[in-house]
Amino acid sequence: MNKVLIFLLLSLPVTGLAQGFAGMGTDVEGFAIPRPDPVFDFPADHSAHPDYRIEWWYLTANLQDDAGTDYGLQWTLFRSALAPGEADGWNSPQIWFAHAAVTTADAHFSAERFARGGIGQAGVTAAPFDAWIDDWRLAGDSFDDMDLTATGPDFSYEMSLTAEGPLVFQGDKGYSVKSAEGQASYYYSQPFFAISGQLTLPEGTVPVTGTAWLDREWSSQPLAENQTGWDWFSLNFETGEKLMAFQLRQTDGTLFNAGTWIAPDGTTTPLANDALSASPLEQTQVAGRDVPTQWRLELPSRGVDVTVKALNPRAWMNTSVAYWEGPVFVSGSHTGRGYLEMTGY
Amino acid sequence: MTAAGLSALLSYWRRNLLQLFTLVIGLALATALWSGVQALNTEARASYDAAAAVLGEGQFDQLVPRTGDSFDRATFVDLRRAGWQVGPVLEGTLWAGETRVRLVGIDPLTMPGGAGPITQAGENPLQTFLSRNVVFANPEIADALETELSQEVIRDPGLAPGTAITDIGVAQVVLDRPGQLSRLIVAPEQPLGRPPLASVAPALVEQPSQQSSDIGQLTDSFHLNLTAFSLLSFAVGIFIVHGAIGLAFEQRRGMLRTLRTLGMSLRHLIWLLLLELAALALIAGGIGVVLGYVLAASLLPDVAASLEGLYGAQVSGTLRLHPSWWLSGLAIAVLGASVAAAQALWRIGQMPVLASPGARAWAMAAGRHRGAQAFGAVALLAGAALLVLLGDGLILGFASLACLLLGAALALPLLLDVLLRLGQRRAKGVVWEWFWADTRQQLPGLSLALMALLLAMAANVGVSTMVSSFRLTFIGFLDQRLTAELYVNTETAAQAKALQAFAEDRADAILPILFVDTRLADQPAELFGARVGPSYEDNWRFLQSEGAVWERVAAGEAVIINEQLARRADLWPGDGLAIAPEVTLPIAGVVGDYGNPIGQAVIGEALFRDHFPDVQTTRFGLRSSEPEVLRRALIDTLGIQPGQMIDQSALKAFSLGVFERTFTITAALNVLTLAVAGFAILMSLLTLAGFRLPQLAPAWALGVTRRDLGRLELLRAVILAALTLVVAMPLGLALAWILLAVINVEAFGWRLPMFLFPGDYARLGAAALFAALLAAAWPAFRLARTPPAGLLKVFANE
Repeated sequence: MNKVLIFLLLSLPVTGLAQGFAGMGTDVEGFAIPRPDPVFDFPADHSAHPDYRIEWWYLTANLQDDAGTDYGLQWTLFRSALAPGEADGWNSPQIWFAHAAVTTADAHFSAERFARGGIGQAGVTAAPFDAWIDDWRLAGDSFDDMDLTATGPDFSYEMSLTAEGPLVFQGDKGYSVKSAEGQASYYYSQPFFAISGQLTLPEGTVPVTGTAWLDREWSSQPLAENQTGWDWFSLNFETGEKLMAFQLRQTDGTLFNAGTWIAPDGTTTPLANDALSASPLEQTQVAGRDVPTQWRLELPSRGVDVTVKALNPRAWMNTSVAYWEGPVFVSGSHTGRGYLEMTGY
Repeated sequence: MTAAGLSALLSYWRRNLLQLFTLVIGLALATALWSGVQALNTEARASYDAAAAVLGEGQFDQLVPRTGDSFDRATFVDLRRAGWQVGPVLEGTLWAGETRVRLVGIDPLTMPGGAGPITQAGENPLQTFLSRNVVFANPEIADALETELSQEVIRDPGLAPGTAITDIGVAQVVLDRPGQLSRLIVAPEQPLGRPPLASVAPALVEQPSQQSSDIGQLTDSFHLNLTAFSLLSFAVGIFIVHGAIGLAFEQRRGMLRTLRTLGMSLRHLIWLLLLELAALALIAGGIGVVLGYVLAASLLPDVAASLEGLYGAQVSGTLRLHPSWWLSGLAIAVLGASVAAAQALWRIGQMPVLASPGARAWAMAAGRHRGAQAFGAVALLAGAALLVLLGDGLILGFASLACLLLGAALALPLLLDVLLRLGQRRAKGVVWEWFWADTRQQLPGLSLALMALLLAMAANVGVSTMVSSFRLTFIGFLDQRLTAELYVNTETAAQAKALQAFAEDRADAILPILFVDTRLADQPAELFGARVGPSYEDNWRFLQSEGAVWERVAAGEAVIINEQLARRADLWPGDGLAIAPEVTLPIAGVVGDYGNPIGQAVIGEALFRDHFPDVQTTRFGLRSSEPEVLRRALIDTLGIQPGQMIDQSALKAFSLGVFERTFTITAALNVLTLAVAGFAILMSLLTLAGFRLPQLAPAWALGVTRRDLGRLELLRAVILAALTLVVAMPLGLALAWILLAVINVEAFGWRLPMFLFPGDYARLGAAALFAALLAAAWPAFRLARTPPAGLLKVFANE
């Protein structure tokens, strides 16, 4: 493995993505901290917030080709600041990195990129919207209408996105609490994207269409010290309803969970802690760890009792910060498709 | 049975401590020389790897500017945004007082090798590295850097000497090159659909990794030299061990016969002997590895300095222990002991159960295979000659050396026998006749020790001839080349301009040192632009030339190349050399170049500036009759740092220092080899002394006093050493010739004229004779003190 990856793994004070960073969540050195009752300012808030420690633009998509074959796609741009604020050139304290992946039933392609802020190699502007790192890009005249590209050593894709619904604010109007101690982030999503384009895979180029879900989140204190990882679901039911749910696993074996029920028109209902239960049904051994790739998800208040099953149980992101991320099928009381992310295994 | 057998076998060593000592020390010395050199090689290679890991040289392809030595940061961003996975490097020289520091700035996020050898970055390396406030430096330069820089200097022994690494942003500030990059390292894995380089960054060219200045390749010849020397020493050591083991086995024939008649099977016996051998080898090997470590640790600073001076390769000055090295040291000891014992074990395997225990010592029987020995010697010497005539390449050069030395060693006893017979024929008087006959009779027992002496002396003669020839040539070369009295490195274009304006009236001549690193005739090379004038015309001596060389070069009509390039590309005066695309010039002259491993070509200044307009002159040679005054003026008026200037005498001293250090190692190994040979003689004489009594007692009984016998013993040792010296001289000169005309050409790319140094040889001869005398003194003294009763006992059974 590339040394830089180990280097990063040991060092970045980032993200809810991996175990071992939990201690950083409370260590705030001049970074701004999310406050309840946020007032968002668009399009400016689609851009970067360098005063916060971490931030991401996280897009996942469920795709199908003409023959009905299923695919999953991921494009994520992360920002991680060594110090608050921005500066010119190599002086910038902002570090950018990005992950891209394409998942099929029996293969998982992934790639990652790294960049320094301040020199133009990576960044985000609000209007027109442009989020880029190297040749990877999510950009368009507005946040509702964008093009998406990424390339890796053995795959690439070029997609178009059109929003068919409103932005959705997670948690309490965009203030998403992550622990009983009050760790929180700003969190909104655009789960209504229609997506179409081309995947280039070793077998050739495939035209695909489907739905995509974009999460925007920024914070300075991602996890509480006793939290080891998370399981995150974004599900599109065939009824047009959507569910975002996550649970944070804690060292004492308890869970902290939260979520949002999204009506077809974008109306949101936050889920109370413990309203939801997610229990693993089946483990898959991948990258030397046991990862639950089939789940039972229950939300009694909405009559939801479904099985969530990975399209490819081996959708392991072998990136510097490694985690599981892949498309899932939903069956049971509701049917549909979605994405599952699991960290800290 | 096993225990009893083993105890019987080991009892021999208890009774013959001296032989045990010879065996163990011989093997330990052989192992020490071998493993010490291996440790040096391993350490040097580890340093190259460490350097390559930071800079990606040799490991990754690189993008370098087509001309000049830097380019804009925007080019890097353009490439990244086109999908090219490249990492930026900014490299420059920093003077911290008088200390020269190679400062390397990298971006750890995009660098394919990460932050390479940095080991001291703490728990949060990226945060530490990117904090913009740290410089990681080799401990040797850290103090100097601390006074120079405002950043925190972290001592990191993982870094090559003279090197400091920091974030690229810090490097740009410290080196005062904002927005500039030196080169880009290309990651091995690239995404699909990457556009061609020319469409994104036409000013850069891709340099494949194997074509980058590969320090490993350059220094291979140096390490091969060391390895060859250590093998020679090992061979000398194995001679001793072979003698000691053979003697011990032969003397134990009686014991072995007894053990077998008591019912021990031959197979069992051989197993026990092997067990005993393995134990001895492991003990000796262990001592050898420790000695080797001490040897390597004391030589490493010189080796490091040599490698840096010769090749610019940076080698850490401290030795680290690698487990593989320990194991290989022990393995070579066991292997050496096995080789040395193979013959003896085979003989025991063949021995009939009831054969009479060999009355004669094994050593006395060593002369039995004269015919085979003569044939072997002739075959090896012929092989050496053939390899020199037909062979090509460094390995074959060393192979011919090995054949020559081994052949000569095999021939030595035969030659000595002939010489002793001549002496015998001229002897007058019965005592002298007995003396010569007795010397001949002793020859087989001493021949291994004498062979060791021969090899050691020949190596000394050969290597000292090479070194001294090199020295003479090198000093002459320095006088030719270092014509300017003062050399100045300027740091900026403005400073260079100011210097030229300032020195215009004050210096007798300004010689800009204009060069680019390029490739000529498919080889890495430096192309120089020379301002032709008396400094060049009067001083440079050509190995081969054609016409008015300097006039043609000044007119831009011809090129001068160095011997390395000429030999490697087989280009000589009259041939054409492409110095740039579409510019091919005839070669006007070939010059000797003894301070540089790679090819060089020299063209006229005007032509150089036409083709390489971007190359900035930063180094200047200044001619002046008062260099010290000029130097002061430059410091006081232009603010040039003392560290940026070097005067001719200092440069000469530095170059000679590099040279001396290069051969310190050779000289040290030389002395050790001679010491081992002296030790071999001492041990042979001491082990033989026991057998000598029956031969000396009759002479004593006939009236030769013990004191005279002792004197004759001393004389014998000196005569044998002197005769060996007679054989060693021509052998050493042949060795020197192969080193100069074959090995040097292959290793460094130049051929040196061979000079003879009779004074040195005389001193060496005296030293060898003295060593032999010293080695013989103790046995002779013991003989002179043998009680008459001891001598009488010889006749007790008659």
